[in-house]
Amino acid sequence: MKVIDANGIHYQQLNALIKQTAASGEDDIRVLNVRGQRYIGDGMRGDATITVEGVPGNDMAAFMDGPTIVVKGNAQDAVGNTMNEGKVMIHGHAGDTVGYAMRGGTIFIRDDVGYRVGIHMKEYEDKVPAIVIGGKAGDFFGEYMAGGILILLGMGLYPDEPIVGNYCGTGMHGGVIYIRGQVDKYRLGKEADVRPIDDKDQKVLGMYVEQFADHFGYDAEDILSGTFTKLIPFGKRPYGKLYS
Amino acid sequence: MISYVLPEFLVMRDENRCIQCQVCVRQCANDVHYLDEKDGKVKADDAKCVNCQRCVTFCPTHALTIIPNPQEFKANANWTKKAITEVQKQAESGAVILTSMGNPQEYPIYWDKIVLNASQVTNPSIDPLREPMELKTYLGRKPDKLEFDEKGRLITKLTPQLVLNVPIMFSAMSFGSISLNACESLARAATELGIYYNTGEGGLHSSLYRYGKNTIAQVASGRFGVHANYLNAGAALEIKIGQGAKPGIGGHLPGEKVGAEVSATRMIPEGSDAISPAPHHDIYSIEDLRQLIYALKEATNYTKPVSVKIAAVHNVAAIASGIARAGADIIAIDGFRGGTGAAPLRIRDNVGIPIEMAIAAVDTRLKEEGIRHQVSVVAAGSIRNSADIIKAIALGADAVYIATSALIAIGCHMCQKCNTGKCNWGIATQDPQLVKRLNPNIGARRLVNLVTAWEHEIKEMLGGMGINSIESLRGNREMLRGVGLTQKELDILGIKAAGE
Ligand code: SF4
Ligand code: SF4
Repeated sequence: MKVIDANGIHYQQLNALIKQTAASGEDDIRVLNVRGQRYIGDGMRGDATITVEGVPGNDMAAFMDGPTIVVKGNAQDAVGNTMNEGKVMIHGHAGDTVGYAMRGGTIFIRDDVGYRVGIHMKEYEDKVPAIVIGGKAGDFFGEYMAGGILILLGMGLYPDEPIVGNYCGTGMHGGVIYIRGQVDKYRLGKEADVRPIDDKDQKVLGMYVEQFADHFGYDAEDILSGTFTKLIPFGKRPYGKLYS
Repeated sequence: MISYVLPEFLVMRDENRCIQCQVCVRQCANDVHYLDEKDGKVKADDAKCVNCQRCVTFCPTHALTIIPNPQEFKANANWTKKAITEVQKQAESGAVILTSMGNPQEYPIYWDKIVLNASQVTNPSIDPLREPMELKTYLGRKPDKLEFDEKGRLITKLTPQLVLNVPIMFSAMSFGSISLNACESLARAATELGIYYNTGEGGLHSSLYRYGKNTIAQVASGRFGVHANYLNAGAALEIKIGQGAKPGIGGHLPGEKVGAEVSATRMIPEGSDAISPAPHHDIYSIEDLRQLIYALKEATNYTKPVSVKIAAVHNVAAIASGIARAGADIIAIDGFRGGTGAAPLRIRDNVGIPIEMAIAAVDTRLKEEGIRHQVSVVAAGSIRNSADIIKAIALGADAVYIATSALIAIGCHMCQKCNTGKCNWGIATQDPQLVKRLNPNIGARRLVNLVTAWEHEIKEMLGGMGINSIESLRGNREMLRGVGLTQKELDILGIKAAGE
């Protein structure tokens, strides 16, 4: 294990240090006193595990291609931007556009997320990315979604507090969204179609919820006992008839 | 519903010349020509013709001519044939009219209202055939000052630069919007010429990684085919914010063009639409743009310059200033005549401003703010010949991007039907039968020829002005004069009127 103290270091230096450490073969890197430094894990390959103590800045795990990042705290915007492979676990909240155009790997967030989470997520062959969120999500959840899996668990809501904002799944043309409980129709984008959960869905949910529960110390059965709403796009070609 | 839309073109077949060989039947992907079984004669369904001139070129006896349909409506300067036909089309389809290539409308072409200087008597001209002439161009951020140690060695750390043998690059065209053979033609030519081509937002086909040294890899809102290997494959990265042909509009590659190869390159399932949202949803401000610029620099360990491409729009100078301050190394500005593989017609024909104005405004603004050296400016959006390039550079650009002229070099006949995917010239298509028609060896040769010819012409024009290095022309507006322009236009272009 290698410990890096991020106190007072600019992100450019910090990230160079993390990359150097990983390149030297170290696969357990702990970064302490992180206070908003951006781009942690950006473009990194390999299979190191980076544990971040503190609050990492925007674009954490952007373009990441393999490593695991565990955040002991909240994360900010654009976690996993265009991520290709790897794993992110956030013991807290995360901001807007988590998993923008993400193509592979998984992101687990214990609490809530901001706007436009999972926007333009994709999938390709064996690459099926997933984001599991313990709390609630803001507007435009899964916007333009083209592939992958979004799971929203809505734990810790106040009575009558909505689990997701407006325009959920708007422009969706691939992938699947699972939301625990019911979602008001008016919150859905017009490209998102509500479907019943089948056995295959149960399996997918079971697999990801178990991992989620493992990471954050929940009881998976408890979470899975509730009903889920499944959203898939009406078609792969949302704008097929618009142009001639 | 009976269509009221008349054929746009008529296919004229000279029966005296036609030998019924059916070459035209085989060449036309729009199924215009057919053999009439009844009388054994080749005939044509004019309504389907797009005037791409493939059949005309390949007809061995030159029996074919395509003419605009001479049928006119009652003369009306307001309700023109075009205006009426477009209403008819939309009344039949209920859809947005899609088109391609650049804005063809009659807006002023400022290139053609600017003339160049030449030396007479004083400051003698230079003969480029016998004297050295430097066209080498470096794109990227230049340092505020250079520092040397006591032994005279440079200690200032220089940021990465693109080095061009001629100030010309091939502009972004994605694999998907154009064929792999077209991409390969561009890549090979760029390599041979010592310049760069741009992948567009469609990822990089595995067979093209070997041209990486001469590749600019684009990152757009859809992030198609963007992953660590892709980011590291090229010599530079370009964030696409906008495109001259359709400012404010995203990209949309229809599912039928997403075959196996395009699917593998973009990393999306076969047959699904590839939608690039209009905005990058992580960029709502200059600060956010800076965030993406540095995300890319971090991902590539500061080894590559990052370009930001925008469409030329009303406040282009202020936007460019913001982009420079956001840390971009290069700003690519695409004027409203810039081409595209597909765009809504109303957007293409009505949005954006001419590149000539944009270059002048941006160069002036960056100089006023003392940050011109921090960023290189690449001008795009209808560069038709070497004189346009000279004028662009004298107005303040460092280099130009060409796309439409590059496609014309490899066979495009400007039918403006790229969006249909049936390009008979093997360029804007993914149909294997059509793609085969474009041989990348010949394509590359034609491109090398074009740029080499322009290089000679640029040298000649420079020599005529008594200048022996392209550096000395950059922003040198004293070399330009306007003809037939208003005072306001002259002021924006920062040039004097002819005779002044
Ligand atoms: S579309 Fe092209 S090839 Fe077909 S008839 Fe017209 S000009 Fe000839
Ligand atoms: S690329 Fe092909 S389809 Fe597009 S304008 Fe040129 S000839 Fe026509």
